[in-house]
Amino acid sequence: MTTSVAEAAPARRLSALADEDLGLLLLIRHFELKLLDLFAEGGLSGTTHTCLGQEYVPVAVSPLLDLRDFVFSNHRGHGHYLARYRDPHGLLAEIMGRRGALCNGVGGSQHLLRDSYLSSGVQGQSLPVATGVALALKRSESGRLVCAYIGDGTWGEGAVYEALNMAALWCLPLVVVVEHNGIAQSTPTERQLAGTIADRARAFGIRHHRTESADVNEIRAQLSPLLECVRRDSTPLVVEFATHRLGAHSKGDDARPQHAIDEAREQDWYARYAAQSSVRFTRLDAEMRTHIDEVAAEVAARPPAAWERR
Amino acid sequence: MRVAENLNRSLHTLFEDNPDLHLLGEDVVDPYGGAFKITRGLSTRFPDRVLATPLSEGGFVGVAAGLALAGVPAIAEIMFADFVTLAFDQIVNFASKSVSMYGRALPLPLLVRCPTGAGRGYGPTHSQSLQKHFIGVPGLSLYEISPFHDNLALLSGILAQAEPAVLFEDKILYTQPMFAGGRADELFSYDLPYPDPGTARVFLDDPDGADCVLIAPGGLAYRALRAMRALLLDDEISCLLLVPTRLHPFDLEPLMGQLKHARAIFVAEDSTAGGTWGAEIAHQVHQRMWGDLERPVTLIHSADSVIPAAAHLEQQVLVRDTTIHRTIAGVLGA
Repeated sequence: MTTSVAEAAPARRLSALADEDLGLLLLIRHFELKLLDLFAEGGLSGTTHTCLGQEYVPVAVSPLLDLRDFVFSNHRGHGHYLARYRDPHGLLAEIMGRRGALCNGVGGSQHLLRDSYLSSGVQGQSLPVATGVALALKRSESGRLVCAYIGDGTWGEGAVYEALNMAALWCLPLVVVVEHNGIAQSTPTERQLAGTIADRARAFGIRHHRTESADVNEIRAQLSPLLECVRRDSTPLVVEFATHRLGAHSKGDDARPQHAIDEAREQDWYARYAAQSSVRFTRLDAEMRTHIDEVAAEVAARPPAAWERR
Repeated sequence: MRVAENLNRSLHTLFEDNPDLHLLGEDVVDPYGGAFKITRGLSTRFPDRVLATPLSEGGFVGVAAGLALAGVPAIAEIMFADFVTLAFDQIVNFASKSVSMYGRALPLPLLVRCPTGAGRGYGPTHSQSLQKHFIGVPGLSLYEISPFHDNLALLSGILAQAEPAVLFEDKILYTQPMFAGGRADELFSYDLPYPDPGTARVFLDDPDGADCVLIAPGGLAYRALRAMRALLLDDEISCLLLVPTRLHPFDLEPLMGQLKHARAIFVAEDSTAGGTWGAEIAHQVHQRMWGDLERPVTLIHSADSVIPAAAHLEQQVLVRDTTIHRTIAGVLGA
């Protein structure tokens, strides 16, 4: 049976977060909202895939990773990048094609490279590459791991299974973080994924952990010992987050029925923290909104990015 | 020494010289040593760095790319070149793009080796020469082995580029001898007068005195030589053969002086008709040398057909020595 995120229980109260974590959640939220505003104003070209609603996943995971661990991200990767580097200027400059862009404006939203962080826009492609990096890390730096973020839709790609097979056969420190938001672009998971992700991992003898929580503290408590095992024993791990995509796949292409959108909104960490009405939340929220407004104004005023072709 | 042995010895030397180098592929470990025995002995000497993979071309080429991304030079062996289509995404959309799409040069020492070609009766999915499908991919270089070029120099040069490359290796050529000492046979001499990556030049007596020039990758070298002998003895046509190792990007510049002497230029390859490597070479020649040419470049390639398994049917669609002979004699009016 496919586990649908739409069947999730009513939202529970979330635990109090450290300022750093709450601020980071809000930084990502306002960054993504700003992108949608900029698109609406004609300030951005191309496309983008926001992670609205899923921000807590990389915020929870990132402190469990070392900067020497390798991270692979995907088309919906702004949160992954910001949680690792807290660099809205470089990312926005990349998306806007302005000076100071992370990849000189060549990669854009979906193709980022910084030290040991890489994203690409082809589904499933990253897992074999991540497996290769995990092989290299296992041999050169004991205790390091590779973390690859994928979605539930990615499990339709054969490359996923080829990679999991080799990662299991060769005992590689590969953590696959699945952001299972219940929808692959416009196709609900129950119409594109037979069986479960848990059973697919089990077929390779790979440990699988599913969490329904959106509570950053709780998630970290669950994952910390699992990631320690990956480092210590050099074994792969699949972590599945039952999460919710608040927005459209990219910009304005949301074909979901209203009740599905409403259900996703009920689970939104932002609304839940706002409802818990802490003064601190209101203050940090305003701070991050202002900060992103300033970042956007500053980056938009920069000259165009320059690229020296090879 | 046969070409396969030269390639095998070259890999051994590369592994001795480069303590990081890895090789991945199906059935590449001893005692099997690869479907064509090119990796024989390698896994016995370097067990940690020669990995037998599952049947996962897309997967293990991606793993090799991941090793390269982490700074570990990697060679991926595709058992039959036909199967490289399964790794097309990793080669075209990951490895080749990654060297430039992040806005700066990224080293990626990845070499994908592909045994190509027909003539063994293996049938439509184990006989193809798919070079043309990789032409014009930004960031990707294509090479082909030849009996004139030592593979240690070739492979070292490719890996030193630290960029993704595909090496095509003709399966029949594996079984044939390497040339040495400047003699191709009792009629023809050869030299390597051009800068790296070198093109071999095969000629009768005076390189500038030939009636025509034939450009062909290494897999056709022996067929080209047989055709050149027949042209000389039957038709009194002298032909100079140019065998490049780098097929793409193809640098015409060093060859232009030689091509200017030719009454006719031919490009031969094993690809099927349509969108061929030869068409790309011909375009360059036409653009650069139109005023010097007596006639357009003539292309010689396999038929627009799948490659049948039965030997007599296979011969009907492939480029044979007689195909080259007949085409050249026809154009030069013999």
